[in-house]
Amino acid sequence: MEDLSFQHTARERAGGTKPIAIVGVVASGNLEVLVERVLPGTECQLEIKTAAVGFGEVWKAVIGDFVERYSPGGLRFSINDGGARPDTVSLRLAQAVRLIGEGGQ
Amino acid sequence: MLMLDRRTTTKWQHRREARDARLAAGSRLARGKIVEARDATRLMEAVIRPGDRICLEGDNQKQADLLCSALLAVQPAKVNNLHMVQSGVVLPEHLDLFDRGVAKKLDYAYSGPQSARIAHMLFGGKIELGAVHTYLELFARYFVDLTPQVALIAAVSSDREGNLYTGPNTEDTPTVVEATAFKDGVVIAQVNEIVDQVPRVDIPADRVHFIVKADRPFFVEPLFTRDPAAITEGQILTAMLAIKGIYAPYGVQRLNHGIGFSTAAIELLLPTFGEKLGLKGKIASHFALNPHPALIPAIESGWVQQIHSFGSEVGMDDYIRARSDIFFTGPDGALRSNRAFCQTAGLYACDMFIGSTLQIDLQGNSSTITTSRIAGFGGAPNMGSDARGRRHPSTPWLKAGAEADPDSPSSLRRGRKLVVQIGETFGDKNVPLFVEKLEALELAEKLNLELAPIMIYGDDVTHIVTEEGVANLLLCRSAGEREQAIRGVAGYTEVGRRRDRNMVERLRQRGVILRPEDLGVNPLDADRNMLAAHSIKDLVRWSGGLYAPPSKFRNW
Amino acid sequence: MTAPLKHTVPSERARTTSFNEASARTRVELLLDAGSFVEFIGPEKREVSPHLKIFDLPEQFDDGLVVGGGRLDGSPVFIAAQEGRFMGGAFGEVHGAKLTGLLRAAREIESVPVLILLDTGGVRLQEANAGELAIAEIMRAVMEARMAGVKVIGLIGGRSGCYGGGGLISGCCSALAVSEPGRIAVSGPEVIETNRGVEEFDSRDRALVWRTMGGKNRRLQGAADVFTDDTVQGFRDAALELLSLVGAFGLDRLKAEQARLADRLQNFGTCADAIDLWAAQGIAQAEQVPDLSADQFISLANTIGRTSREAR
Repeated sequence: MEDLSFQHTARERAGGTKPIAIVGVVASGNLEVLVERVLPGTECQLEIKTAAVGFGEVWKAVIGDFVERYSPGGLRFSINDGGARPDTVSLRLAQAVRLIGEGGQ
Repeated sequence: MLMLDRRTTTKWQHRREARDARLAAGSRLARGKIVEARDATRLMEAVIRPGDRICLEGDNQKQADLLCSALLAVQPAKVNNLHMVQSGVVLPEHLDLFDRGVAKKLDYAYSGPQSARIAHMLFGGKIELGAVHTYLELFARYFVDLTPQVALIAAVSSDREGNLYTGPNTEDTPTVVEATAFKDGVVIAQVNEIVDQVPRVDIPADRVHFIVKADRPFFVEPLFTRDPAAITEGQILTAMLAIKGIYAPYGVQRLNHGIGFSTAAIELLLPTFGEKLGLKGKIASHFALNPHPALIPAIESGWVQQIHSFGSEVGMDDYIRARSDIFFTGPDGALRSNRAFCQTAGLYACDMFIGSTLQIDLQGNSSTITTSRIAGFGGAPNMGSDARGRRHPSTPWLKAGAEADPDSPSSLRRGRKLVVQIGETFGDKNVPLFVEKLEALELAEKLNLELAPIMIYGDDVTHIVTEEGVANLLLCRSAGEREQAIRGVAGYTEVGRRRDRNMVERLRQRGVILRPEDLGVNPLDADRNMLAAHSIKDLVRWSGGLYAPPSKFRNW
Repeated sequence: MTAPLKHTVPSERARTTSFNEASARTRVELLLDAGSFVEFIGPEKREVSPHLKIFDLPEQFDDGLVVGGGRLDGSPVFIAAQEGRFMGGAFGEVHGAKLTGLLRAAREIESVPVLILLDTGGVRLQEANAGELAIAEIMRAVMEARMAGVKVIGLIGGRSGCYGGGGLISGCCSALAVSEPGRIAVSGPEVIETNRGVEEFDSRDRALVWRTMGGKNRRLQGAADVFTDDTVQGFRDAALELLSLVGAFGLDRLKAEQARLADRLQNFGTCADAIDLWAAQGIAQAEQVPDLSADQFISLANTIGRTSREAR
């Protein structure tokens, strides 16, 4: 397993009011993303535990694009990854932002 | 007056006499044309000579397994150094022939299940390789320079005269028999049973010399069944992009789908996503295609006019019988397939090929070969190539031609077949689809091949579809643009990360690259709910219970 | 441009969502009354397995089990749902403790039933002893809850089936609902084949596997009480039906169950295949049972009658 950590400043705070959301399942080729609205301002943090070792550069690129596109300010993402492909990671991150941004409790 | 000197008169019937001698030798083991299974090896020894060219079926699906085993059991002193010409190297026994010294040289088209072992044996010098072909190419050579002396074929049943019924899995047999029987060859058929009257005559008796009844039906592999339960969101997204970004704008009616999960996803999205887009009747109506179970919902929903097939598919027989408006069937009601004609259909009568591959390089060349596995070509290159002999126009063909070459006068401008590579940027085991250099090149160096085994050449490819978008190579005006268009849909692979961002953006402005949002597709909407069927059971339901999937696909 | 996630009515989603394919969280969300679910020990608590790190395996924040409370048709229920795709839904230490805790809470409260959505291969091998202990603790907790008057309903229809210790737990429940893809057993097909040979049980013969361990046979044998179509709505309806049918539990009921099982063994113990069993029950064209639609099968099963209403 490899632990990775990324900090970013987004353009703006993420939409919605829900405090937490979770998407995905930890399995081969899949990952879970727990997102919590706990950071101040437009800060954004991603903590990753991944079963695929040595892909730090790819994670960096995926996350950079994700932050640029979805502006997830104020959110902390905690990820358990079973070796998913980068496009699956992108998808789950987007799903997490969408889910926490929805109306609801 | 010149007297004819008999001793110098040239004889022109050598081969016929040789064939007759072989038949006489074989006849000693036969009652009429029928030879007992236990005498099959002795039949081989009687009929086959060292160094003969033998065509063993060896089709994509069906295998003349009894005749293969019989051949394997010959005494190598009597039968050796054979030149095998066969479509498919599928059974382990096909390669055992080389290990035993019964066979020496090989010309073939497909070796999927044996791809690792055949690579090993080629490197080890156990097999002298003629060449790897496409199916149609190999068939063509059966009539020119690879004509078999003996054909070992598989049929469902035979009458006592030797009329054969090959049924749904007719596949290569008519072609093999035509080349062999009419060029003084010997045709030996294994059959599941001998009957008083065959349901229909697929091969007339005068082309068949010996019949061996097997105690087990010949082996058929289910190759074209894709479980909808295994289709992923990524594959659904690429399917949506293909439908909206290519099928719709070009108006593709006549096509071939290469086998794979992305094309299975397309088939399952027609009745849902395709319906929502109002595309029924406008796309995907005429197919050169094996009977894919995944196409059942589209057929039932009225999308499909007609399908011609290369072979059949396990479990589909009853469904096909009940849908004779769609499939080619004989007077017995069962499917009649024909690989040679279906290949030709894919080459000349289709406006698009879409399929998947294992590696794509920066020119767009693609290959399924790695340095440890040689799968051959099968039929894909016939589908996935521009047919320059084509002369009849169609809308998609002309549109593609105009995109490739806008400046020539239109009356002199040929169209282009759409050749689409579709896949996710990372494949099985997270191996990248896009590479700087194909492993096929490495293999060519290792084996001293004149040509690297390329499945589809970059200059034939017109589009590449990944989860990142659609790249239209017809609109590229230079090798550099082509390279960046490919990098621009190569996602987070190393090839993709090394893109020239500015150039890719300009290509996007020009419409050379279309992102999902440019096509009005939200990746978050690529949901399994969009599939018309989610499981094999759903397909059975769609078929009204007519589709009978093989055991390995059941979960009920 | 983003389409809202739930643009269809929740019950419409429940009707069209395959239970077999859905994640544990989706099953819970769509089975209970909309918006009523409150999770206990949720993922944000990060109560992960203490063992998986040793094996360099990834953890899941909820350790593969979602537990909490909500409402079913207005009435309170507790619910536990296994995520069959995480470690095969197998029981680990934390996973098991969450279920034990939920059942003990139910025992104390006495008036709230428990729905257990079993989707498991059994005990997590990496947590062996802890997993085995968990199974035992859960079985005890189920029985104690039942003795306190709690209805414990098992819902089985996931891809991992309900095997090993999960199978044992299911046998302790008040009642079970099962779907066609669902399977209930203790030993898995491969284990049987390895130990008894392929002639005894060919694990690659999937039709045989389902005929033996699958939902239809379990329903006809009386191992499960209600059969449902593979939709979340189907399981919701089945849960409601079972809650209304399950009676009081006590020693008499246990004795009746023992008698029921003894009778079953006597009547069908010599049947070599499920088809023989179904034929012995008077079902015409028994070999066609696997091909029946859910509705057809439910009608058929109802004519056979409930075999366990007085027992369990």
